[in-house]
Amino acid sequence: MQAIKHEASVVSGTEGKTVEQKLPARAAFKRRFPSLESADTSPVVRLLVQAIKAVVPPLLGLALLAMVWAVVAKSSGGSLPGPMSTWESAKLLFADPFYQNGPNDQGVGWNILNSLGRVGVGFGLAALVGIPAGFILGRFAFVSAMFAPVISLLRPVSPLAWLPIGLLVFKAASPASIWVIFISSVWPMILNTAAGVRAVPQDYLNVARVLRLSEFKVFTTILFPSVLPHVLTGVRLSIGVAWLVIVAAEMLTGGVGIGFWVWDEWNNLNVEHIIIAIFIVGLVGLLLEQALILLARRFSFGQGV
Amino acid sequence: MEKFVELQGVGKSFDSRKGRFVALRDVNLTIRQGEFVSLIGHSGCGKSTVLNIVAGLYDPSAGIALCGGREIDGPGPERAVVFQNHSLLPWLTCYGNIYLAVEKVFGQRESKAQLKARTEAALALVNLSPARDKYPHEVSGGMKQRVGIARALAMEPKVLLMDEPFGALDALTRANLQDELVKIVEATQATVVMVTHDVDEAVLLSDRIVMMTNGPAATVGEILEVKLPRPRERLALANDSAYHGYRSAVLEFLYQKHLRPAA
Repeated sequence: MQAIKHEASVVSGTEGKTVEQKLPARAAFKRRFPSLESADTSPVVRLLVQAIKAVVPPLLGLALLAMVWAVVAKSSGGSLPGPMSTWESAKLLFADPFYQNGPNDQGVGWNILNSLGRVGVGFGLAALVGIPAGFILGRFAFVSAMFAPVISLLRPVSPLAWLPIGLLVFKAASPASIWVIFISSVWPMILNTAAGVRAVPQDYLNVARVLRLSEFKVFTTILFPSVLPHVLTGVRLSIGVAWLVIVAAEMLTGGVGIGFWVWDEWNNLNVEHIIIAIFIVGLVGLLLEQALILLARRFSFGQGV
Repeated sequence: MEKFVELQGVGKSFDSRKGRFVALRDVNLTIRQGEFVSLIGHSGCGKSTVLNIVAGLYDPSAGIALCGGREIDGPGPERAVVFQNHSLLPWLTCYGNIYLAVEKVFGQRESKAQLKARTEAALALVNLSPARDKYPHEVSGGMKQRVGIARALAMEPKVLLMDEPFGALDALTRANLQDELVKIVEATQATVVMVTHDVDEAVLLSDRIVMMTNGPAATVGEILEVKLPRPRERLALANDSAYHGYRSAVLEFLYQKHLRPAA
């Protein structure tokens, strides 16, 4: 190791005088840590350097967030809890996430699972309706033109504006929040699927024509795989919207769920728990998004996502 | 040799927003069985349109197009097309792309094992057996185009239609594929119609070269019979005076009689 370091420093010393003049900071760095930059270091060291380069910036960002938070908490005079007291509170909270003390006092785990369940049902129904609808809209220009004004009119409506309608029709809180999830996540799936169907390359359809493939075979071997990446983009956008909306919907409807939990803790003036909830919502959203990105990559067939 | 593909007074016009655009008029062309015919001309001269009419992807606006004595009614596997940009399905492997065609054409009559053997044979024909399980984005442009050719040949078409099959490839890869095509065509005795803008390619491969006038309203200008003996060898032809004669005849047509004003 010592020998390699020495050799590397000799190399970096004799070559590139001009580079050192242009980039004094970089050159100084090179002189001090020659093994980090030279090409002939062992693969283990190179992997380690890559890992450090990948991990350090995000960690710095998070540290900055914690610092700003601590400063704001300190200057608020104790009304906003700082990172340390929140951490302590989180340790207690996650020590027993699945307790049950009656309908309005359940562990945070139950709240998360309940919210995810509602998102799953509302989102699943939206996929069931939205993806086939997208195929039809993409395939038939007439239907597309027919529904274009309806979609343009309804899509920009805030999801929560649909909540009273849901409560009126279903006369219960849980189906109403599922309804809100459904109506807010159905649009991205319809629109992306339709765009995907319109974007199927004519070349692929020409191949189908030359082979005289049946309509069914055209759908399974050409349309569906070609549209799949677009569908998955729609799904990814939808699930993001659905997860955004559920917190707000549950705040209004109550019941067991992460949104209701936030509101409940606000009534208890337990601000640590509200901050923890914010992190949980962020983390779950991140995980959902990443899972769908992985899925989309699997089905992109080298076409880019 | 019998007439096989016949175009009689074929015209094609497209309706666009600016009105009617006449791409082709009065194209008369007869292709015999086992013949290799190239269509050559400047870009925009409608040579691909002629090919697409034979393929059945376009309907002629005027005249009739016949194949095997019957009017061409839509595309079909007996007139297989090698597309310019290979048109492989990216979600199928090289094997899968060829198998899709083989299964469609022979699936009703033959067993799974026979279909598999046909697909393997097609891959071997273009020297791609080692890449059978690769996806199109994992192989080079030349390999993709070879899969496209294998897919077309595996259908055992009556006519093989090639739309600038090597246009998107570099010169060396193109030369290799041309040599392979020469061998395959000699082995299979296929009838081929090829669109090209490469003069050397046309002379090397063709029995006849159909030279087209410039569009709009393009038509057949001259037809040149290439009477070079087969098998043709690229290197031997490099110093062959007959070869150069044909070459300059085509060049003369393209650059003296029908020079396209700079587009």
